[in-house]
Amino acid sequence: MIEASGLSKRFGTIEAVREVSFRAADGEITGVLGPNGAGKSTTLRMIYGVLTPDGGSACIDGIDIRGETSAARGRLGVLPHAPGLYGNLTARENIEYFGALHGLPKERIRARAAELGHALGMDGFIDRRAKGFSQGQRIKVAVARALIHDPSNLVLDEPTNGLDVMAIRNLREILRDLKSQGRCILFSSHVMQEVATLCDRVVILGQGRVLADGPLETVRTRLGATTLEEAFLKVLGEAGAL
Amino acid sequence: MRALLTVFCKEFVENLRDRRTLFSALLFGPLFGPILFGAMVSRMLNQSVLESDEPLRVTVSGGEHAPNLVRFLTSQGVNLVFTSWSESDARAAVKRGSAAVVLIVPREFGPRFTAALPAPVFLVADSSDSQTRKSADRLRALVAAYGSGIAQLRSQIRGVSPLLAVPIAVNDIDVTTPTGRAVVVLGFMTYFVLFSVLMGGLYLAIDSTAGERERGSLEALLSLPVARSALVGGKLIATCAYMCLSLAINLAAFVVVFQFVPLERLGMSANVSVLTALEFFAICLPFVPLGAALMMLVASFTRSYREAQTYLTSVLLVPTLPIAFASIYSLKAHSALMLVPSLSQHLLMTSVLKDEPIAPLDLALSAASALGLAILLIAATARHWRRETMLG
Repeated sequence: MIEASGLSKRFGTIEAVREVSFRAADGEITGVLGPNGAGKSTTLRMIYGVLTPDGGSACIDGIDIRGETSAARGRLGVLPHAPGLYGNLTARENIEYFGALHGLPKERIRARAAELGHALGMDGFIDRRAKGFSQGQRIKVAVARALIHDPSNLVLDEPTNGLDVMAIRNLREILRDLKSQGRCILFSSHVMQEVATLCDRVVILGQGRVLADGPLETVRTRLGATTLEEAFLKVLGEAGAL
Repeated sequence: MRALLTVFCKEFVENLRDRRTLFSALLFGPLFGPILFGAMVSRMLNQSVLESDEPLRVTVSGGEHAPNLVRFLTSQGVNLVFTSWSESDARAAVKRGSAAVVLIVPREFGPRFTAALPAPVFLVADSSDSQTRKSADRLRALVAAYGSGIAQLRSQIRGVSPLLAVPIAVNDIDVTTPTGRAVVVLGFMTYFVLFSVLMGGLYLAIDSTAGERERGSLEALLSLPVARSALVGGKLIATCAYMCLSLAINLAAFVVVFQFVPLERLGMSANVSVLTALEFFAICLPFVPLGAALMMLVASFTRSYREAQTYLTSVLLVPTLPIAFASIYSLKAHSALMLVPSLSQHLLMTSVLKDEPIAPLDLALSAASALGLAILLIAATARHWRRETMLG
């Protein structure tokens, strides 16, 4: 479970995130939706602990994320906005490196990397160096890397960026699969369709604030909209965020 | 501690697979110095040995006015070419380069010589050319020797002791040992050694900081439950490992190169044996973490590979500054100077080359100052890695 309560962050004079609170439950996919510059990445970065909030806190399974070696980090898998790989390492080595940094025992890392490689359909390239990988292959490796320690929570920042249709479908399958395993999945997107097809719950951000939050259908009907897109535009319009 | 080791292993292996790192750290960096140096020194030495062996070639104009001088020069093994150039002809020939040194004996030489008045000769040469300047110097010395012989004879004939004309006898006592003389030539070898130390870690320092940010792997790394100091430590030790490798290759290459440099032909002996190499290694070892920390700190502030490269190129020049100062002011090893990193390494290595004894205190001060500064820089780097701005 991921919980944000009153998260605030300013960069200089710009208030990037203001009092953002929401909860992403286990066994659900929660989508953070918002236009560019709404504060999605900043919010997620505070949740996975690379930015320190000016106010509020983020908890993973009830544990505060702050601190370099917080136990909360061990319960969280992260796919940042730019999920870069080490080009001179193979996909497997990239994945195993993160396992080792999580402090897992060697045999466990090896077994888990093989398992993930198979589950994510990486058998064809898992022992190739990551240098020439396609964007789809990269994302798969980055997802596997984020899951190496079998975390119960997963945060993904715009994971479908730069993926082709097949790769997006593939990723959707993977996320649904993870959800059915009872994990808590939080991902951000500015693509409406992504959120509509995948999420159980939606948090709409605009100008650094939560404009709407709740199960997909509830948000839509509450706003009297027929589609999520309509609801999205409506709520942003009301907030003057368009 | 385990995380630190994990980071170290990964950085070490990853860079071992990178052609750019391998080339700069283990090939170009360490071998550039010894090869360039060996080629330069042996060329320099060959040249000066050849010059003193080669007969002096002089073009003489108006030789018939001073037959005895001509005979003297010939007896001294000078190759004479006779012409009847005017002064302007001689100038033109020297400028063109068709004659190196021209000796002009004017018509009035004979009468003035007979009258025991200073008899003029003209020596035409281009002093901006180091080759012909040496030839001109040699010719001038020969003519002066002939002149002083004549002077002695003249005073003897007049019943005056020729010693009266020599009121002071200057005796040169040169205390330079053969090794000491070589040190002048080997002076900047120490810079190549320090250069190879830095080159060894340059690309790793960039790749593990600015490179990590540029390729987008940094953010995922920073989200892990690993202390930032462990990340910095692992990367730093990997950088140090490459620097040590580069230093070892560099010193081995120097030992090999000096087997082939004909220093002994000039009566010099270069003290570059395997033992010297080991001493150099020990002297430079404390400089390794300092260089690594300096490069990592600078690279951590840059946003891209290219930017880091630009800044670190100037860092490579940092150790030259104290060494340049040392040679301008011809500084000698002194305890206070041991507190200046890179200068202290330079001075200690020079002492080893000169076969001078090294005070253990100096060695300790040199190591302590380098390591002390290294610790400060490492702490600054770790602090920067804890900041949010590290994300870029």
